[in-house]
Amino acid sequence: MIAVIDYKAGNLTSVVKALSFLDARDVAVTQSPDVVRGADKIVLPGVGHFQSTQLLEDLGLTEAVRESVAKGTWFLGICVGLQWLFEGSTEAPGTPGLGAFAGMCEHFPVTYDGADLKSPHVGWNSLEQIRPDSRLLRGVADGSFVYFTHSWRAPVVQETAAVTNYGGAFTAALERENVMGVQFHPEKSADVGLRVLRNFVEL
Amino acid sequence: MLTKRIIACLDVRGGRVVKGVQFVDIVDAGDPAELAHRHAAAGADEIVLLDITATHEGRGTLLDTVRRAAAKLFVPFTVGGGIRTAEDAAAVFNAGADKVSINSSAIARPELIGKIGASFGAQAVIVAIDARRGAKGVEDAEVYVSGGRKPTGLRVVEWAREAESRGAGEILLTSMDTDGMRDGFDCELTAAVSEAVQIPVIASGGAGSAAHFVDVFGRGKADAALAASIFHFGVTSSRDLKAQLAQAGVSVRLPC
Repeated sequence: MIAVIDYKAGNLTSVVKALSFLDARDVAVTQSPDVVRGADKIVLPGVGHFQSTQLLEDLGLTEAVRESVAKGTWFLGICVGLQWLFEGSTEAPGTPGLGAFAGMCEHFPVTYDGADLKSPHVGWNSLEQIRPDSRLLRGVADGSFVYFTHSWRAPVVQETAAVTNYGGAFTAALERENVMGVQFHPEKSADVGLRVLRNFVEL
Repeated sequence: MLTKRIIACLDVRGGRVVKGVQFVDIVDAGDPAELAHRHAAAGADEIVLLDITATHEGRGTLLDTVRRAAAKLFVPFTVGGGIRTAEDAAAVFNAGADKVSINSSAIARPELIGKIGASFGAQAVIVAIDARRGAKGVEDAEVYVSGGRKPTGLRVVEWAREAESRGAGEILLTSMDTDGMRDGFDCELTAAVSEAVQIPVIASGGAGSAAHFVDVFGRGKADAALAASIFHFGVTSSRDLKAQLAQAGVSVRLPC
């Protein structure tokens, strides 16, 4: 069973629809820590404010995810779901993330390379420096375009599986064994995005 | 590199795609769900569906259309027209839209922008502005509502700034002067709005050739551009258009 965690951060319809399109069996949209503990795979979507992840802690879902990933359950965080895997975000300094990866998520700089930088970063941008050993990005070529919409971004770390450049490089995808995340929206990234989701479903 | 987006727009009336010239003269162009899929397959970066009649009785038909279109659409999908309350927006999101576009209702109740954003994220709220140049041109360009029928007295740039401060994720700027004329976007007006806000600006109204897109992405400083009739009648596909844009040095999503 794939548990899609609903923590009231945006619309889950698109993610669930994409998983169904890929014939993923038994997709459960849930707020229950027990359902999460019983899942083979966990998807944490989410758009919007980092503050909304506070509900994960309040509902006991942070602990459930921590236990599940420790025993090897596959995990995919999308957008804010990826950012939550880090220690936190300057968007909501009082709300800690899971801390599975080192570093804080920060806002895009106001200027870069001497020019104003618009934010949010909205639209199709390319994946670069894709790690050849990434299971999530298997079959995805360097330079492939995916759809982003965000104002905060995760730093590049050792576990980064692909970077994207906008006001410098940030983590577009990361992966350490069973723990994975993407800053972009695979459910909105046409064939490339479906490929990423299919890779996850088929793990 | 962040690319410039080509957005295919479907104007829908009574469950059918139509396209007017300067907001009147309607021509039938097909089934919205089918056309949405066709545009996505032809390389459009995004699909916008605008219900231009947006009557209360038509809501059921619209939601059904959104559901059918969204079922197999894996690019961003925006729905607009007749969204007056946060509940209207929620119904459209639940039917499968990723973003809503609000126009008249955002002017009547600006707090609606933040209210929808609070539940679905700021990125999900596009404020659409129908604009017409004034006596002084761009400087006193005015916002119109009700499908372009009613002037509001609001200045376009000022309203765009307010929409941003109230939490809009993007601005969809339609020039009523150029709409449907296939004679090019209003680049000066688009640039004025794009320079006034931090959020992305989608230019609309007047697409007739690839050169018009090159112009609005350059001089017009648009982040995305929307086109409707240019595609519907097979003039060109997004893929052809993007190939021409790439040749002209515009960064676009290719292959797509």
